[in-house]
Amino acid sequence: MNITLRVWRQAGPSDQGRFETYRVSDISAEMSFLEMLDVLNERLTLEDVEPIAFDSDCREGICGTCGVMINGRAHGPQAATATCQLHMRSFSDGDTITVEPWRAAAFEIIRDLMVDRAAFDRIIEAGGFITVATGAAPEANLTPVPKDTSETAFDAAACIGCGACVAVCPNSAAQLFTAAKISHLNLLPQGSAERYSRTERMVDTMEQFFGSCTNHGECEAACPKEISIDFIAMMNRDYVKAKIQKRRGG
Amino acid sequence: MTAPNLDPRVPNGPLADAWDNHRFSIKLVNPANKRRFKVIVIGSGLAGASAAATLAELGYRVDVFTFHDSPRRAHSIAAQGGINAAKNYRNDGDSIDRLFYDTIKGGDFRSREANVYRLAQLSLNIIDQATAQGVPFAREYGGLLDNRSFGGAQVSRTFYSRGQTGQQLLLGAYQAMARQVGLGTVKLWVRTEFMDVVMKEGRAVGVVVRDLLTGEIRSHSAHAVVLATGGYSNVYYLSTNAMTCNVTAIWRAHRRGAAFANPCYTQIHPTCIPAAEEFQSKLTLMSESLRNDGRVWVPESPDDNRAPDQIPDQDRDYYLERIYPSFGNLVPRDVASRASKRMVDAGQGVGPRKNGVYLDFRDAIGRLGQQAISARYDNLMQMYNRITDEDPYRVPMRIYPAPHYTMGGLWVDYNLMTTIPGLFSLGEGNFSDHGANRLGASALMQGLADGYFVLPSTIGDYLADFLNEDPVPESDEAFTRTESELQDRISRLLSMKGNRTVDDFHRRLGRVVWDHCGMSRSRQGLDQALSDLPDLYEEFRASARVPGDGESVNQTLEKAARLEDFFELAMAMCVDARQREESCGGHFREEHQTAQGEAVRDDENFATVSAWFWTGDPSRPELQEENLEFENVKLSTRSYK
Repeated sequence: MNITLRVWRQAGPSDQGRFETYRVSDISAEMSFLEMLDVLNERLTLEDVEPIAFDSDCREGICGTCGVMINGRAHGPQAATATCQLHMRSFSDGDTITVEPWRAAAFEIIRDLMVDRAAFDRIIEAGGFITVATGAAPEANLTPVPKDTSETAFDAAACIGCGACVAVCPNSAAQLFTAAKISHLNLLPQGSAERYSRTERMVDTMEQFFGSCTNHGECEAACPKEISIDFIAMMNRDYVKAKIQKRRGG
Repeated sequence: MTAPNLDPRVPNGPLADAWDNHRFSIKLVNPANKRRFKVIVIGSGLAGASAAATLAELGYRVDVFTFHDSPRRAHSIAAQGGINAAKNYRNDGDSIDRLFYDTIKGGDFRSREANVYRLAQLSLNIIDQATAQGVPFAREYGGLLDNRSFGGAQVSRTFYSRGQTGQQLLLGAYQAMARQVGLGTVKLWVRTEFMDVVMKEGRAVGVVVRDLLTGEIRSHSAHAVVLATGGYSNVYYLSTNAMTCNVTAIWRAHRRGAAFANPCYTQIHPTCIPAAEEFQSKLTLMSESLRNDGRVWVPESPDDNRAPDQIPDQDRDYYLERIYPSFGNLVPRDVASRASKRMVDAGQGVGPRKNGVYLDFRDAIGRLGQQAISARYDNLMQMYNRITDEDPYRVPMRIYPAPHYTMGGLWVDYNLMTTIPGLFSLGEGNFSDHGANRLGASALMQGLADGYFVLPSTIGDYLADFLNEDPVPESDEAFTRTESELQDRISRLLSMKGNRTVDDFHRRLGRVVWDHCGMSRSRQGLDQALSDLPDLYEEFRASARVPGDGESVNQTLEKAARLEDFFELAMAMCVDARQREESCGGHFREEHQTAQGEAVRDDENFATVSAWFWTGDPSRPELQEENLEFENVKLSTRSYK
């Protein structure tokens, strides 16, 4: 396959950035999209051009490190697929592919396609956990969890923290990411003691960094783990309850 | 340099009481004094995050460093199948003793009894802890925890979260650590790479790190340093590890005096997707749990080019079931991998490049229905489909062994301290517990046992002696000297302006190590590798190209620095493999096999741990041996027939 790439190049956070065009030839359809970028980078290195900086690690869609906009779509054209799992067979010979970093006010561009997603960690630190010191846990089977509940909690817990939801949101909101963690923990009996305080702290922290949700639903469509926006509804319900509870003194 | 003696500090007395007795006999730091100690943790995977969270809960001041953009990216996240624990919820005869025995036997009798027994004991606490954290383990309809079977065991003791057990356990540990970050007891440094350990008066007193965004080199001082930086399978270039997994932290510690144990013990996992093309950057694992329901086979005839569903049973060789009738498709990983290699080497491989064997779900789907199989493995089936564009519900999967895990690592005593006082090593980065072969669903168990339970108890024994001592100031000559050595190294790497890429050399290194120190090793091959590697290393230094500067993001520079350490490690692996004149676990020496091609151990001469010390010449490390004493299990030839 022969491909033309338009890639966003930006030397650092303060650089203005621009698109550069590269031709990549003799690409195998079995190659992954990121392997195609690897091949281009090796060539650029030998041509004395700085290789394109991008983040990626596990290359099996689970670590959440990778993620770029491909022809305007987060993680590219294939549904439920992270960038690293996308293969060149999803494209046609002769295609022009535009590659850009996630764009959101909370995700500063570090260089080329790399962005800073540290705000996600701040949201988790605010309450995305169950308080149980090591050693204090009771015997695991003392608390049965209905299978359906456990499965729904898992569906939410499958989030990989890649940031695609924020990147595609017209408001750069992080509701899907935050709701996924809140729902995972709030649904389980183990997480119920901190249910409302967790929700309030995580949502309030989220709002320090990200825009507001206006129910576009783009996030769900872009999510490589197909996390449902139902979880946002659950989060909103718990947030309202938390605020009312607080006003009434607990 | 004279190497220090290897004292494993294994407690005396009955095995079942050893850990309790040890904890009672070692020194403690009282709760009010813990905040006077600072501990540095390198790495934020299962072992690092669980250790950091627990140390901070106890009151220590903890700094955690990761080169990822978030601690949640650590490669533990990619573990699929599950985590073992001797809960015996299935009432199928499991016990701590049985998990202990299975792990010792699975490791081919090359691990320390006391360590493995402790691991089996702590397996129970790990499941309790993870469940309380909200890890969504699979459950039965009654709401209680479900189990499945895994290779190398005849009981069902593996807890799992669909095919994403590592992800959920890592997020549990990450969240426990995030709680401490929020409380201010853990300070988190992301995109910051450990480059060297700082030594003063024979002890580890801190680290030198490099900020991957600015290139800044910085020192951090502490009372103790904990390395939890994972394994080194990427020495093979193609492996199931993530792209950035590397040996640098433990290798740099080795160069400062930490013994490196059993570097040649590497695990080649039997069920990975075969390479499809030349520029493949990594191989993807398909969880071993698939062998519960998938049957492994190849066509009887090498010339059989029919589509797999057109090949009738009588023309198929279900070779694992044929050779190992009692364990069948569930033989341990090393055994399954070698059997696949023999089939492919005999020309019976399948797929366009004839580099795989079939893993077929036809019979399980026929027996249980596609829905039941999908409930167990759908995420793996989808992953396979995305990579190969084939539907494994209809066409058998193609699999082949790939480097996956490294049992070797820094030598540690029972307290998980290396031969450098004050330097500890946890998880895959140390050598303990798995001997010459790791059983499935045991890596998560060991990483979390080390981090949640072992280190937090044992580190006090070291720290208690330094109660009234501040950490060595970062202005000390020990730090400034290490910083300037690193600066020189970075400058040297940046001056490499040759005409070949760093990846190109990594691929070539990988080929040498795979060919000569992979699934099968021989004296001749290892001699060859040891003669080729120094030349290739020299060629790398002379003609690799590192573009860019050292003051901003430079991913090629990062790779080049890690690759240097892989080169040196590769030599140590080959030296170790050549010295170990026996076959055991993942280490298969062609000279030591039965007429049927099974491994032949030499317990007379090699019931030992090979601990290597740095001498300055990577192909001439100095050997010291720790004798393994087996008082509770009888050494026997592993048989899975």
